[in-house]
Amino acid sequence: MPKVPYLRLAIVSLAIGAVIAVLMIQIDWNGEAGSTAAGPIDALLDWMIIISSFVFAIVCVFLGYALYRWRVKPGDESDGLPIHGNTKLELTWTIIPTVIVLFAAGYSWAVLDDIEEVDSDPLIVNVYSQQFAWTFGYPTEGNKWSEGEFHVPVGQQVIFKMNAQDVLHSFWVPEWRIKKDNVPGITTDAVVTPDRVGTFQLICTELCGAGHSVMRAKVVVEPRKKFNRWVKGLEEEVPQGLYLTADQALEIQRQIQKAEGGIGGSGVDETTRDNVTQS
Amino acid sequence: MAHALREPGWYRAALGTLIGAAFGFGLVVILRLVSGLDAFQTEQTGYPQVIVPLITAPFGFLIGFGAFSYWFRWAAGKPTVPDDHSGHGATRWQDYFTFNTDHKVIGIQYIVTTFFFFFVGGLLAMLIRAELAQPGTQIVDPNVYNGLFSTHATVMIFLFIIPMFAGIANYVLPIMIGAPDMAFPRLNALSFWLLPIAGVIFMGSFLAPGGSFDAGWTGYAPLSTGAPLGQSFFNVGVQFAGASSIATSVNFLVTIITMRAPGMNLWRMPLLVWANLSTSLIVVGATPFIAGVQFMVLFDRIMGMNFFNFLEGGDVLSYQHIFWFYSHPAVYIMMLPGFGIISEVIATNARKPIFGYRLMALALLGIVVLSYSVWAHHMFVAGMFSWLRVPIMITTLLIAVPTGIKVFSWLGTLFYGKIHTYSTAMLFALGFIVTFTVGGISGVMLGMVPLDIHMSDTYFVVAHIHFVLFGGSVFTIFAGIYYWFPKMTGRMYDERLGRIHFWGTMIGTWGTFIPQHWIGLEGMPRRVADYASQFGEWNLVISFFSLILGLAQLVFLYNMVVSWKYGPKASGNPWRSKTIEWLVSSPPPTFNFDEIPRVVGGPYEYGTPGARHAIMGDEDAEATVPEPKPSSVPAAT
Ligand code: HEM
Ligand SMILES: [Cu+2]
Ligand SMILES: [Cu+2]
Repeated sequence: MPKVPYLRLAIVSLAIGAVIAVLMIQIDWNGEAGSTAAGPIDALLDWMIIISSFVFAIVCVFLGYALYRWRVKPGDESDGLPIHGNTKLELTWTIIPTVIVLFAAGYSWAVLDDIEEVDSDPLIVNVYSQQFAWTFGYPTEGNKWSEGEFHVPVGQQVIFKMNAQDVLHSFWVPEWRIKKDNVPGITTDAVVTPDRVGTFQLICTELCGAGHSVMRAKVVVEPRKKFNRWVKGLEEEVPQGLYLTADQALEIQRQIQKAEGGIGGSGVDETTRDNVTQS
Repeated sequence: MAHALREPGWYRAALGTLIGAAFGFGLVVILRLVSGLDAFQTEQTGYPQVIVPLITAPFGFLIGFGAFSYWFRWAAGKPTVPDDHSGHGATRWQDYFTFNTDHKVIGIQYIVTTFFFFFVGGLLAMLIRAELAQPGTQIVDPNVYNGLFSTHATVMIFLFIIPMFAGIANYVLPIMIGAPDMAFPRLNALSFWLLPIAGVIFMGSFLAPGGSFDAGWTGYAPLSTGAPLGQSFFNVGVQFAGASSIATSVNFLVTIITMRAPGMNLWRMPLLVWANLSTSLIVVGATPFIAGVQFMVLFDRIMGMNFFNFLEGGDVLSYQHIFWFYSHPAVYIMMLPGFGIISEVIATNARKPIFGYRLMALALLGIVVLSYSVWAHHMFVAGMFSWLRVPIMITTLLIAVPTGIKVFSWLGTLFYGKIHTYSTAMLFALGFIVTFTVGGISGVMLGMVPLDIHMSDTYFVVAHIHFVLFGGSVFTIFAGIYYWFPKMTGRMYDERLGRIHFWGTMIGTWGTFIPQHWIGLEGMPRRVADYASQFGEWNLVISFFSLILGLAQLVFLYNMVVSWKYGPKASGNPWRSKTIEWLVSSPPPTFNFDEIPRVVGGPYEYGTPGARHAIMGDEDAEATVPEPKPSSVPAAT
C-alpha cells in the first residue's frame, strides 16, 4: 500500500490550525465587556475557538490531501483499495473527541459555578417585563419604581428578580454576557457584577410580539454615590399589574427610537458614558 | 358528472372537502346554539367554526380522493377489491395527481411537492432578507415580519426537509433492500397526501384575520395561546404533517425489518437504510410529543383549558419541555437521513468501502439514544430548574462524538480511494463535510452553558441552525437528488449547470451565514424586524449573499426541469455503484424486480475483484462470492 505522509499532514494541520486560531482570537468576538462574568466567559470562548480551529484545520487538510492525492480523471474506472476500517484509528477518533468534550464540559461547569456565585450583600433589583416595556423596582427603597431605565452601582453584585406579566421576554445586556428569560407565573433570577461604568442597552431576546425588536431599556452603571442619589430620587411605587397597554408601550418605544435615530447600538453610548464618569 | 362524483378522484375529493367542511361547521354551530351560545365565536383566539372545519374538511378530501376506500370496505365486511395494480407506475404526468400506491410514484410526488415548498419558503426568506438589508422598517411592518420568519421556518422544516428525506427514501430504500414496494403501500400514499393538506393549512393562515401565525416555528406559549386565529392554523397543520411523518416512519420500520431480500443481514444494509431505520426510531418516539403539545395550545385557545395559562395555574415552561422533547430529536430527523445519503455518495464516488462501516451504523444508533436526552439545551436560559443544565450540557456535548465519528469516517473513506469529483452529487457531499463541520463546532459552543447564556436567542443561533440545516441537511438533499436523478427519471442532468449550482450555493451559504455568528455575539438578537444601525453593513452583506444563494437555486430548478424532459438517457448504473437500486434499469420496472435479488455481501465492496453485493434473479444463481476480509490502514510513517 502506498505510503501517506501522516506525520507531515499532522504538522501541516497543526500549523494551519495555529494560524486560524491566532487570526480568530484577534477578533473581539463578544464585543465590549462590562461585568465580572465577561472575563471567564470570553476566555472560555477563546479556548473553544482555538480547539475548533484545529478541528476545522484537520478536517480541511485531510480532505484537501485526499482530493489532491486520489482524485481521478473521468474515464479512470479502477477502484480504490478495499480497506474496511482500522479499529485503532476508529477508537482514536472516538476517544480523543470524548476527552475534548468532557474537558469542555468540565471547564464550562467551573465557569458556570464561578459566574453564578452569590456574594454576601448583593443588591436586589426587581424586573417587570410586559409587551413592550421594562420596569424596575428597588426593594431596599420600598420597591420604588423606574420605567424604561435602571441604574446599578459599579462593583457591587446585583441579583435581578424577573417577572413577566404577559408573555415570555428575555433580559440580555450583551456587555454583561448575561441573559435570562422572564417567565409569566414564576420569578427567575440572574446574577451580575457590573465592573464598568457606562450606559448600556437592555435587549429583549425572546420573541414577544410586534414590538419585540424595539423592546429595550437603558442600563446605567455608575459610581455608588451617584447611584445612591439616583435611587433616592425615585418616587412612585411599582404599580400593580400592567400599567400600559401593549400599543401604548410600543408607541413610547417608537418615540424613543425616533429621538435617537434608530434602535441604537447595544454597545456603550460614548457621550453618555463620558458624562457619567465625569460627574 | 354524477359518475365522476361517485368514483374516487378529484371531483369526489372536492365534494368531500365541501361536505367535510359543512359537517364541521354545522356541528359547531348546532352544538353552540343548542348550548345557548352565539352561533359564532370571533374572539381573537377562538373561531371554532373555522378550526373544526379545518380538521374535518381534509378528512372529507381524503375520503373523496379514495384514500380510505379499501379500508372502509374491509371494515364494513364487504369483499375488498384486490388491487389489480393497473394503477401502478406513472405513464403520464396526470398519474402523479392520483391516489397512487406505487412507492416510486409516491417518492416522486414527495420530492416534487417538497421542492415546491422549498421555493415557497425560499421566497419568504428573500422577503425577510429584503427587509433586513437596512436598519429601519422598509418593506413589511413588524407584525407581518414575524409572520414571514415563522412561516419560512415552518415550511422549510415541516414541508421541505423532513418530508424530502421521506420522499428520497421512499423511492430508493425499497429497491435498495430488494423489496417490491413498501410494507404498507396504501398507508404510504395516505402519508403523502397528508402533506399538501398541511401545506394548504399553513399557507391558508395568511388569509386568517390577524394574519399568518407569527409566534415562530417554536410557537412558545403564552405568545401562541393568545395570538390571532392564524396560530390555530399552525396547531392544526402540524398535526397533519406530524401524522404523515409518523405513518411513514412506521412504514419504513416495518419495511426495513421484514422486507429485506434474502441474505441482507443487518451488517449488509447500506448506510442509507441504517440512517432511515434510526430516523424512524426517532420519529415514532418523538413526534407524538409535538402533536400533543400543539393540541394543548389549541385547547387553550379554543376551549380555555389553561394548560399554559399562568393566571389559572398553568405552567408556561412545560410547553418548552414538551416541545423540545420532540424538536431536539427532530433536528436529527433532519440530519440522519442526510448522513445516509452522504455515505452512499462518497462510497460510490471514492470507489471504496465505507471506512469503519459498523462504527458508522453504531454511531447512528448512539445518536438516536442520546438525542432523547438533550432537549433542555434549548432552555439553558429559559428559567428551568438550574440543576438540569449541567447534565444536559454533558449529554449534548457527547452527541458531538458520534457526529465526529461520521465526519472522520468519511475522510477515511476518501483515503486510498479513486475520487471522482465530476458529479455534482459528490461536490455537494464534499461541500457538506466542510460546511457541516462549522455547524457542529458552533453547536458544541452553544452546548456549553456559560457560552449559551450569551449566545442564546441571538443571530449566533441563526448562524448555527443554517450551517447545520442548509450546509447540512439541504446539501445532503442536493447530493441525493443529483445522485439518484438518473435512477428516478432515466435521464442525466447537466453537470455544468450542477457545478454552477454547487458553487453558487456554497458561496451563498458561507457568505450569508458566517457573518451572522459575529453580529449575534456583538449584540443582535434573533427574530427582530429591525436592528441597531451598527449592524447595517453586515446585514447588507448578508442580504447580498442570500440573493446569490437564492439565484443559484433557480439554476438548479432549470437544470432539473429541462434535464427531466430532454436530458440524455441514463444507463441503469451510470455511477457504477454496487447497491441494488443500481442493478435495475433506470427508471426501474414497475415492480422493481422480476425476481427478488439475493444479497451475498456488503454494500460497498469496491476494490475486491469479483466481490458482489447482490445477485439479481436472472443471473447465475450458483455464483459464489468471497467474503472480503477487513484489512487495515498502515500506521503513520
Ligand atoms: C454537534 C452537534 C450539535 C450540537 C452540540 C447542537 C447544539 C445546539 C444547541 C445547544 C442549541 C440551542 C441554542 C439556543 O437556542 O440557545 C441548538 C439550536 C439548534 N440546533 Fe443544534 N446542535 C448540533 C447539531 C445540530 C444539527 C445536526 C441540527 C439540524 C440539522 C441542529 C439544529 C438546530 C436548530 C434548528 C436549532 C435552533 C432551534 C430554535 O431555537 O429555533 N443542530 N443546537
Ligand atoms: Cu421581546
Ligand atoms: Cu437541540
